[in-house]
Formats: sequence, C-alpha cells, structure tokens
Amino acid sequence: MFKFLFKRLLVLVPVFFGVTLVAFGFIRALPGDPVEVLAGERGVSPERHAELMAKLGLDQPLWQQYLSYVGDVLQGDLGTSLITNRPVAEEFFELFPATAELAICAILFAVILGIPAGIIAAVKRGTWIDQGIMSISLAGYSMPIFWWGLLLIILFSNTLNLTPVSGRLSFLFEVEPVTGFMLIDSLLSDEKGAFKSALHHLVLPAIVLGTIPLAVIARQTRSAMLEVLSEDYVRTAKAKGLSPLRVIAIHALRNAMITVITVIGLQVAVLLGGAILTETIFGWPGIGKWIIFSVFSRDYFAVQGGLLLIAGCVMVVNLTVDLLYGLINPRILH
Amino acid sequence: MALLEITNLTVEFATAHGSLKAVDQVSLSLDAGDIVAIVGESGSGKSVAMLALMGLLPWTATITAAQMSFDGKDLLTMNAKQRRAIIGKDISMIFQEPMTSLNPCFSVEYQISEVLAQHFGGSRGSHKNKVIELLEKVGIPAPETRLKAYPHQLSGGMSQRVMIAMMIACEPKLLIADEPTTALDVTIQAQILELLVELQQANGMALVLITHDMAVVAETADRVVVQYAGQQVEQRPVTELFNNPRHPYTQALLSALPEYAKGKTLNAIPGVVPGQLDRPVGCLFSPRCEHAKDLCHSQPAPRSEGVLCHYPLPINTTAVIQTEAVS
Amino acid sequence: MTPSTTTTSFSVRSQQWREFWFYFSVNKTAVAGLVFLIGVVLMAILADVISPHSPTEQYREFAEIPPAWMEGGQMRFFLGTDYAGRDMLSRIIHGARLSLIAGCIVVLMSASIGVLLGLVAGFRGGWVETIIMRIMDTIMAVPGLLMALVLVAVLGPGLLNAMVAIAITYTPSFVRLTRASTMTELNKDYVTASKVAGAGPMRLMFISILPNCMAPLIVQGTLSFSTAILDTAALGFLGMGAQAPLPEWGTLIAENRDLMLSAPWTVTFPGIAILLAVLAINLMGDGLRDALDPKLKRS
Repeated sequence: MFKFLFKRLLVLVPVFFGVTLVAFGFIRALPGDPVEVLAGERGVSPERHAELMAKLGLDQPLWQQYLSYVGDVLQGDLGTSLITNRPVAEEFFELFPATAELAICAILFAVILGIPAGIIAAVKRGTWIDQGIMSISLAGYSMPIFWWGLLLIILFSNTLNLTPVSGRLSFLFEVEPVTGFMLIDSLLSDEKGAFKSALHHLVLPAIVLGTIPLAVIARQTRSAMLEVLSEDYVRTAKAKGLSPLRVIAIHALRNAMITVITVIGLQVAVLLGGAILTETIFGWPGIGKWIIFSVFSRDYFAVQGGLLLIAGCVMVVNLTVDLLYGLINPRILH
Repeated sequence: MALLEITNLTVEFATAHGSLKAVDQVSLSLDAGDIVAIVGESGSGKSVAMLALMGLLPWTATITAAQMSFDGKDLLTMNAKQRRAIIGKDISMIFQEPMTSLNPCFSVEYQISEVLAQHFGGSRGSHKNKVIELLEKVGIPAPETRLKAYPHQLSGGMSQRVMIAMMIACEPKLLIADEPTTALDVTIQAQILELLVELQQANGMALVLITHDMAVVAETADRVVVQYAGQQVEQRPVTELFNNPRHPYTQALLSALPEYAKGKTLNAIPGVVPGQLDRPVGCLFSPRCEHAKDLCHSQPAPRSEGVLCHYPLPINTTAVIQTEAVS
Repeated sequence: MTPSTTTTSFSVRSQQWREFWFYFSVNKTAVAGLVFLIGVVLMAILADVISPHSPTEQYREFAEIPPAWMEGGQMRFFLGTDYAGRDMLSRIIHGARLSLIAGCIVVLMSASIGVLLGLVAGFRGGWVETIIMRIMDTIMAVPGLLMALVLVAVLGPGLLNAMVAIAITYTPSFVRLTRASTMTELNKDYVTASKVAGAGPMRLMFISILPNCMAPLIVQGTLSFSTAILDTAALGFLGMGAQAPLPEWGTLIAENRDLMLSAPWTVTFPGIAILLAVLAINLMGDGLRDALDPKLKRS
C-alpha cells in the first residue's frame, strides 16, 4: 500500500518541476522584452530598465534564473502581484476558500444526484428510465456552462426572482471571515439570516459548476455498474438468496465505486478549470475570477504564481484520490 | 415424494437472431441423498437447466415446465421473495470459476457469515465460530488465520473450498455443482471431488454434478443424465450406462475416452454441436451419428424406452464396452 | 479486428464497414446525431446562400429586436437582432463555420501529434517514453481551460491561437490512448510475426499496429471535436478566442452579455446552437463507441 503511494509521489516530482518550468517559461515566452512587458504602457528609461533587469535577475543566464525561481517557490515565495503589490501566495490563499467552498458544494451536488442516477439507470437498463437519465446527462455535458449559468440567472434571478445574481452574501450582512467558508462563518456570526443568505448565493453557482461532473459521474456509475452486474460474484450473491437491494447496494456498488472514485477525483480537477467561468458569471470572489482578472490586467506574476498553485492543488487532489483508491481497492490494501 | 421434481423443462432465450432453445423438454427426479451427474458438451444446456431452477437466468429467458417443484413447493408459481428464502439455504449451487465467483472486496469471513445471517438471522459476527467450523469441514488448514483473507490472496483450489463452505453453510438438501473442477489443476480436481462426496455422505444431501468429464461421472455418480443440444438423450444408473449405452451419443462419448483410443487416434465425434442457426431437421444428433438412417434425418427423435432415439442401441449387444474405470 | 500484415483486401474492409454500419444504425439517436451534424455542416458550407442577411451588416434602427414570435418581433429578423442591429440568425449560421473549423483543426492537430508521440512512446519505451509521458502529465496537471488561457495570453488573443492552445491541451489524451493501445498490440503474435519477417519500426508502427488502435482513437476524436467546440466558445466568451466582429458562438454571447436581462434572446440562441451541435456530435460519438467496441455487442 505504501509502496503504491510512494510510487505515485515519485511520479509527481518531475511533474512539479515541469509545471514550474511552464510557469517560468510563461513570462519569458511573452513577446517582447520582459521588463517592458512588465512595465506596461508606462515604459521605462534605460537606467531603470537596467536596474529592473538586475533586480529581477533577468540579466543572468536562463538556467540560473530558473533555479533561483524554483528556489523561491520552494520557500513559498511566488512573486508579488504587479497590481496590488501583495505576495501572490497571500492573495491566492485568501481567495482560495471561496473557490473551495463552491467546488465542494458542486461536487456534493454531482455525487448525491449522480451516483443514484447511474445506479438506477444501470439496474433499469434499456427502459425509458435508463434512456431518460442518459439523455439528460448527455445534454448536461454538451452544454457550455457559461451559457447555462447565464440562462439560470435569467430564469431564476430575473424572471422568478428566486436567487441573487452575484456575490457570496447579501450586502446587508457583515460576516467575520474566520475560516473563509461563508457557510461556516455565517453560522459563527451573530447575524440572523446570514446563513440563509449564504446558502441562497451558493445554490445557482454550485448547480452550474456541478452540472458537468453530475453528468459524467452518472454515466460512469452506470457503465461501472453494468460491468459489475454481469460479473460472476454478483451471480454468487444472488445464489445466496440475498435481497436485490443488498446485491446491488453492497456487492455490486462496492466494486463499481473503485472506478467511480477515480472519476470523481478527476472531476475535481476539471472543476478548478470550470470555476474560472462560473466565478466570472456569478461574480464569485474566488481564484477563478482572480486569475482571469490577472490575465486581462497583465499581472504576469499573479498569473505565473496562480498557475503553479492551481496545478499544485490539482496534484494534491489527484494524490488524495490515489490514496482513496488504494484504500478501497482490496488488491492494493492487502 | 421426490425431493426435486422437474418435468419437461424448456428454457428459451430471446436473442437478436430469434429465439434460442437452450433447454428442450428436460426431466429430472431426485430423492434425498441421490447423486446425479449431468453430462454433455458445451452448448448442451446442462448449466442452463439448473440455473433456471435457481432462478438465476436473465430476463431474456422464458422458462416453461409441466412441473418444477422442490420439497413440495412449486418453483414455477413462487414469487421472488419466497424463492430467495430457499436459494442458498435448501438449494445451493457452486460454480465453475471460483476465482471470479467470490466478491473481491469482501473477506472470506464476511462472505460466508453473510449467507448464515441472511437465512438464520443474527449479525455476521455472531456466526464466526460456525464459519471456522465450515472452513475446517472443507479442508482448509488453520481456518482462523483465513478469516480475514481476501479472494485475490487465495489459490484456485482454496477459493473453491471457500465457495463450497459458503454454499453448504445452511446445510442444503440439494447441492448443484456446475463443473466445479474444470478450472482447477488436475491434482486439486480429485481433492475437490472427494470433498464433495464426503460432504454429501455426511449431510445426506442430494448432489447434482454437472460435468463434461466421463471419468468424474464414473467415480462419483449413482445416476447419469446425458444431454445433447438442450435435449435429454438418455438417463440411466451409472453402471448400466457405462456397460450398455443405449443412445449413439452416449456410446460415442464413452468411446471417445482416451482409454479406448485405437492406436494413436482418439475416437473423436465428428462435427460440432448445433448452434442456434444450424439446427438440423429431425434428430439433433443425426448429422454426427454413425448409425443414422433416413428417418433420423427427417423426423425428430421420439423417446422410446427412456432414450431419445429412433433406433436405441439394443441391450447387451457386441457393442458392450467394459469399463475398468468403474469399481 | 483483422490481424493484418500489409493491406486487407477490399472485400474484407467493406464487410467491416457493413457490420459497423449495422451496429451503428441500430442506435436511433446516434443516427439522428449524424444527420443533424451533416445538416450543420451543410449549413456552414452554404452559409452565404441560406442566411437571410449578411452577418456583419448593422441595421441601426432595428437594434435589439426580439424574435419573430414575440411581441415587437419581425419575420425579417427571425431570431431577433443584437446590440448593433445585426441579424442573430445570420450570425449564428455563419458562426457554425467557425465552430466546425475550430473543431476540425483542433482534433487534427492534437490527434496527429498525440498519436505520433503515443506510438513512439509505446514502441520505444525506456527514457523516451518516460520523458514523453512526464511532459503529458505536466500538461494535464494544469486544468485545460487555464492552460489554454495562459497559452493564449502568450500567443495573443484570436481564433487561431485559441485553436492551437486548445489542441495542446488535448494532446495528452491521444498520447495516453495510443500508447496504451500500442503496448497491448505489441504483445500480440502478429506483431512478433511481422518483426520476424523483417518489418522495420516505421512499418510496424503505422501499418501493423496503428490500424488496430483506430476504434478508441475514433471515439476520442469525436469526443475531442465536441469539447473543442465548447472550449473555443468558452475562450470566445472570455474574450481570448475569436475576436469581435467574428460571429463565433461564444463571442456572440460575450458581446451581448450586457443585454442579458433586457434582450435575453441575444445570449440564449447562440448557446442553443452550441448545445445542439455538441449534443449531435456526442450522440454520434456514443453510437460510434457502441458500434466499435466488440465487448458491447449484444447477442
């Protein structure tokens, strides 16, 4: 089991360096002189140019620059934002809980609806229930999610006036950011109705972000279940006289989950990308919105750092999924 | 009253190419303590008939029978819940591939105690001692150490023993063994068969042994049912069958045994078992039968003198085959 | 699949086609998807002929007109007009071209590079394989859209750059798929037979092994095609893809976003176009997968 994890970790090391290379190369790849690019339209005088080159270490050979960059990264220094002048890492982790909260709610939505849907579709294979569930999930991942978000806003926020349009909390409330998770913080605060408001604000973005994972999880659960249901050990379980519920929910599902867990994990990585669109549409103050803003405002250090950190998150999630996989697959655990 | 009474069982599968008759008018009557072997090539429908009995066939199967009853209960009219009360408890079945027939995610103890808890109530943990007793019974050494083992940690022979333990846990009146040794090493085969016979004698349960191996039949069975292409061609007590086969197919099967090979060639039966699309008009065995006459090719075989043949082989002719294997 | 050493005869190939078509055509929705896709392709090809107006012509007096069936709408502008008075229907029809071309180019680029790298990785093994796979892992460590964004930031906004960026993010899937198939096929007897007969690596890779990996590649290609349309639209929506006034469907939504609440048809219809096109391709892809996967063939 630990050998398994260790091997996984070993693979991550070159990937980590690869990503630092991408992040590092990103700024160097920008057309034009890096200093001028960073300075933007203001332009720099020749002396200032030389000064900045030295300060940013840009006069050193590339490989040396890369090494010092990696050294900085390993110490936690991911550069300073050109716009806000704050350390990129600090900005990132301040905004991270918002995205995390959204992502967690989206995945919960996807899993709680998706897995049962997939099981039902598999058990009722070929019937209209199966076809209905599969059609809906197919539509689910054929949609552009930014459009889906806009559509839901038009429908629920505008026409029906059910949900708010943007943000995490109604401006009427003042909540102390203790954990960064609005649901928790609003419960901790004294403000009555803050929790409800926070929940209200979460509903649409979570649904929009979770739609594609929902569709994928439903389909994958169905195909995993179908495969498992035709296995010999399911026949044995039936031959023991066990109830159909037990056969499906325990004997079949347990084996199907092995594949589905991996799928769920992969979807979390996809979510971090989808968050960019969702946060933009709903004005959700998380990492997605921040990195788009950084790209557009040419805050290159923020983009560089953000890229590295987001990739880092993805790698951590994937490693966790591998760990979970090792725990539930008895061939690896024993 | 017989323990198991099956009369004219027919199983048809709905396929893309039409209806496939996997089992055609098969009858079987069993008393407590009987050992019956069902023999035939692949495609003879031997497993399907027993799976129909257990209710383990997919929804594409249509099961019809004049009678199918076990221990006085009518299996045709019973609902699923009533059937589940009998399956695993009074009738059990063990399968051909033990390595894939055990759930890879659960331990040996879990899977055996589960069937006990299902039929006798109580939590799984309360049956722990019984599980150890069962594992001992099936010949697994140091059973306490095997409780937490997972199927992928077991060998083929060990897996089959666990399967057997699981399926005799509730002391069934009838155990169906579907080619239990086919997937195992030759040395293990003998051990497993011995185990089955031992258990049968100890518990007084009826045993149906499905196999394609005539030697196994000779070793273990009291009575033999020979099946071909879904039809029951002959059913006789074992010694009679081996000494005096009356259906040409049975005779061909016996003479195909390596013991009767002439010189270096085996007496293989020419041709193949008919599939769904090439069923002959007339007797199903006629294309491959060396005694076939015109009537055989044009008319389906009737059941005369207990044998499904137009011209059953005569009793006590020069075609008698002595079998040293039996005794 | 037929184990082939050189070329298979025409009759065997045509029989494979007929068998494939039999399994594919049983799936009604897949055929519907194919038909719809052909319709979209025709629409794109004949865009100039069938669209009622030019996609760029602005009818200033008719800005933000609702669709024909709503109050205030006209048959002349069947799906309404956008903020600049351009006919939505015409812009959407012309947008089909951009989406389809984007999809094709992305798949062609990522598939050709990906398959090549996958073949080499699977075939060569050793440190070549390790390097290729680590590079692919690195690309996959960054979420696709983000990677494409960063690449476009480097290359500059625009449809072509967006296509290149997206193609790069799709390459790892093809590499992995091809490598896995190659490794499976390498163990098979027909490859050993070819090697013994003296076939060189190029011949082995492209003539012996590749045809037998086609099934999963075709399915992946279809999936990538539909995802490419979505990602191109996403980049267009974010302003990093096709730039206005190109009528790319995502860009259409972006440029009318301010009118979202007052003139919702301007953002609804381009999205429906994307949905229908992607849905059709996915339905077809599902049918392809079922028809090509021997394990799923029902008796």
